[in-house]
Amino acid sequence: MLADQPRAPAHAETMGHPFAPIPYTVRSVVLETPDTTTLVVEPHGDQRIPSSRPGQFVMLYAFGVGEVPIGVAGGNAEGQLIHTVRSAGKVTQALTHLTPGDTVGIRGPYGHGWPVANARGGDVVVVAGGLGMPPLREVVYELFRHRDSFGRVEIVYGARTPKDLVYYNEIQSWRRRDDVRLQVTVDAAGREWYGDVGVVTTRIPDCRFDPPKTTAFVCGPEIMMKLTAQALVERGVKPESTWISMERNMKCAIGLCGHCQFGPSFVCRDGPVFCYRDLAPLLAVREV
Amino acid sequence: MTEPRASALAEALRNHPFFAGFDTAFVRAISAKASDQRFDVDEYLAREGTEAGLLYAVIEGKIALEIGSADRPHLTVQTVGPGEVLGWSWLVPPHRWRFDARAVKPSHAIALNGDVLRRTLRTHPKWGYEFMVRFMPVLAERLENTRVQLLDIHAR
Repeated sequence: MLADQPRAPAHAETMGHPFAPIPYTVRSVVLETPDTTTLVVEPHGDQRIPSSRPGQFVMLYAFGVGEVPIGVAGGNAEGQLIHTVRSAGKVTQALTHLTPGDTVGIRGPYGHGWPVANARGGDVVVVAGGLGMPPLREVVYELFRHRDSFGRVEIVYGARTPKDLVYYNEIQSWRRRDDVRLQVTVDAAGREWYGDVGVVTTRIPDCRFDPPKTTAFVCGPEIMMKLTAQALVERGVKPESTWISMERNMKCAIGLCGHCQFGPSFVCRDGPVFCYRDLAPLLAVREV
Repeated sequence: MTEPRASALAEALRNHPFFAGFDTAFVRAISAKASDQRFDVDEYLAREGTEAGLLYAVIEGKIALEIGSADRPHLTVQTVGPGEVLGWSWLVPPHRWRFDARAVKPSHAIALNGDVLRRTLRTHPKWGYEFMVRFMPVLAERLENTRVQLLDIHAR
């Protein structure tokens, strides 16, 4: 991590007890893929969590089932939050079955976000794999909002198949901008797909940026981030300018329980966004 | 093919990243019997199992490489675009395409004759070596990409 990397004070995020969730009401639900849902939620009452920064996460509580860490995919001044959840266990299954009007608990936001400000003045490459896109969505909009502050912007999005791409229509709208270059690729596809096919790393050589002046934000499965970061560094992007977002078994989210320990770090407290320079040696170690 | 046409193809080949910097005489030699080809969307450049006598140097567009069988839908496993080459079955017996190649964008490629290529590479070992030095990284990269696909990096 770096000193100027965005960070929320761990305990001060949630009003009252650090583990007490604030109730939010589900405003709308979008089925992204057969097992992945985007929830738009808004404060149930006067209480709301503090504003989050791109890359931070919250703990989403499905009442009576449990809570899980979920990245913040978006939000607005009225306190609405956007979360995209894949059904992968009991809690996430419950969250993906919520309907408008249901209540969900939220505490946070937690952790270090993406150091978008560090990238000002240079080129930026955003690489997302599968459900790595939601934690990067706000980075993309931050780049759009301050577009003149950055050089070339490259967005690369890869997924297993076309059916696994989230925010598909929204991402297609990014393609219409003439100040951003977007590449979407899938690992395999049927004949109905007319886009690129190949693992996400195959698109890195085609990216247009000035490597020594480029900041890279990479999010996806760990093996995808490792291979992508390697490909970026091989192209000349500095390891200290390459950022990845780690996922571990986060429980308390405030650096107390140790469930998310990754080498000398707690992912919830010291991450989830880490500098690749610091993490690269650990990514080569089995079962860390 | 007329001489001016062959000359134009040789010039186009020299501008293709794979062939850029090659000995001019080599490029001219392999341009014999080469053809300039354009493909509409969904038009096939190659069909699995048919004779593979061509190496395509892709100039524009996008080509999907598909594998399939009668009992399951065809699957696109890779796309090839401008600046890349497509096809190595012309080099490897029994010279049959191992996959279908279908244009998924309007595409433009120079099709090099496999017989001419093999004969030229065989009779000019220096050219043959340089060609292999360029061709092997293409194969190695595709092998590596296939290995990454096998990792199924988006697996749940």
